[in-house]
Amino acid sequence: MNSVIAIEKLNHYFGTGQLRKQVLSGIDLTIDRGEIILMTGPSGSGKTTLLTLMGALRSGQEGRLQILGEELRGANDRKRMMVRRQIGYIFQAHNLHGSLTALQNVRMGLEVHPQFSVTEMKARSAQMLEQVGLADRINYYPSDLSGGQKQRVAIARALVSRPKIILADEPTAALDSKSGREVVELMQKLAKDQGCTILMVTHDNRILDIADRIVHMEDGHLQPQAPSPQAPSPETHPPEIRKMR
Amino acid sequence: MFNLFQRRTPLGWLQLSHQKGKLLVALSGIAFADVLIFMQMGFQDALYDSSVRSHQILNADAVIFSPQALNFGNLATIPRRRLLQAQDVVGVESAHPMYINNVVWRNPQTRKETAIRVIGFEPDFLAINLPDVKEHLDRTKLPDTYLFDKNSRGTYGEAIKKINAGEKVTTEVDRKTITLAGTFSIGSSFGTDGHLITSDQNFLRLFPRRPAQNVSLGMLKLSPGADADRVVAQLRQHLPNDTLVMTKTEFIEFEKGYWQRNTSIGFIFSIGVFMGIIVGIVVVYQVLSTDVNAHMAEYATFKAMGYGNGFLLAVIFEEALILAMLGFVPGMAGALGLYTLARNGTGLPIFMTVTRAATVLMMTIVLCLISGTIATRKLQSADPADIF
Repeated sequence: MNSVIAIEKLNHYFGTGQLRKQVLSGIDLTIDRGEIILMTGPSGSGKTTLLTLMGALRSGQEGRLQILGEELRGANDRKRMMVRRQIGYIFQAHNLHGSLTALQNVRMGLEVHPQFSVTEMKARSAQMLEQVGLADRINYYPSDLSGGQKQRVAIARALVSRPKIILADEPTAALDSKSGREVVELMQKLAKDQGCTILMVTHDNRILDIADRIVHMEDGHLQPQAPSPQAPSPETHPPEIRKMR
Repeated sequence: MFNLFQRRTPLGWLQLSHQKGKLLVALSGIAFADVLIFMQMGFQDALYDSSVRSHQILNADAVIFSPQALNFGNLATIPRRRLLQAQDVVGVESAHPMYINNVVWRNPQTRKETAIRVIGFEPDFLAINLPDVKEHLDRTKLPDTYLFDKNSRGTYGEAIKKINAGEKVTTEVDRKTITLAGTFSIGSSFGTDGHLITSDQNFLRLFPRRPAQNVSLGMLKLSPGADADRVVAQLRQHLPNDTLVMTKTEFIEFEKGYWQRNTSIGFIFSIGVFMGIIVGIVVVYQVLSTDVNAHMAEYATFKAMGYGNGFLLAVIFEEALILAMLGFVPGMAGALGLYTLARNGTGLPIFMTVTRAATVLMMTIVLCLISGTIATRKLQSADPADIF
């Protein structure tokens, strides 16, 4: 099986009764192994909901939602937890644990996988930090790192267990353009090395060129062809607005 | 299992130790609760122990006294001939009278009036089995001469120095002048501030309205090898029912039972212990719930990474256990210091026992786990879907 994500006629609702509101309607999306997909769209269009569904953070309600061969429609907590272990997450905020050093934070990405020994976990985490260019910062606490460095630690944490899918929600939003670019190129390089699939929600027009494919979300509907990077659509908010959210 | 433990990043410990200031505050809170619990338990046990200190040094295998007796300071009286009757029973070697009365006397040093307990017995029989009493007992054969309890509660330091230096120290009881000719040590209890020992003759002179045939306590020495329980059973049959017969152990329990039943001391101290536990729970809960709130985003991230609720619960309980263990140490140290202070200040036999230390440690762990359980309720709401 080649597709790691297979979504067909996916509908999703928030609220119940009178307040029930449809946020996703009739989503069809198939993503193959190794693809890098960017998802754009205005805020409130349902991008993040789709991302959390694909990340097994919510159960699917209607339609087919197959992640790594597991059907997640109506999946229970345990099944979703097991799927999550094979997915790497990169958030807009780095969400590093302030009481842990860079190395310990990365190591947390391995500890959920029982097959690694202590020495293996240490070696892999250190190696991963080296790959993101933080070899000399492995024993630093997040408070002693810059924004770009923190995001790179977060990437190391997401990638250290060699996940099959990386889900990223505006990983560059809190970074200046130079470090944003660096971070995305790093993700691209590491993902290609490991052969993993990346799905990234972004508003950042400067990084659209790394994508194999761009999809656009509008009012809960997915449009396969996004507006071209050269002529951004008027609905797309500039990154500054998202930052203030 | 050990392997699993070793593999795990000690997240709870790292979280706690990362913020040293907060940890110190938390530990002092727990230490405070522990000290509170230790003091309450210490005073409670000290009360019971102090009230039986004079029982434990009684040179008797069994005792007889009035059924109207309340406690050692209020024994009422029995006719002296019961002692002679008691000697009819096989196994009873000898019987000796003891007279006990609480009086108000003048502190020989400050000349202020205060309460004291007078104990009188035959100076040829060492009724109070203490080396100091044995040494000085002969002196009580002199008229109006007494031995003084140097561990009495109150200001007696200089007077005691003078007595021990052999100087003549006199004071007044009921407008009679008495001489203190030696010291011994029993100590104060909740029932009395201190003790005076004298001969039966001096005792009766001090209380002229009290007939010699009304004794407070009959002290029975049994023949060597006699079975105390069997002899006591026979005595109960032999003596009329205006007399209670008890072994020494039963007499000690009788006194403790009085203080447990007839005072609210047990209840008051139990409330104190309960308050200590509540203080501890509140402090630990505050620390843990603040910690959970502060790390909500991180916890949600861990959930997103595939960690289950069990992992997060373990972190909180790890924190709770660490707090309990670390907080107990200064709590114990503080309690030891305050015990010494209380012992010197009140003369109460307040000591740390292994049992009490273990009990309080267990209580601390349990209260930290209870707080942990309350604090973890918030964890369920750490929803990884919210952090995107």
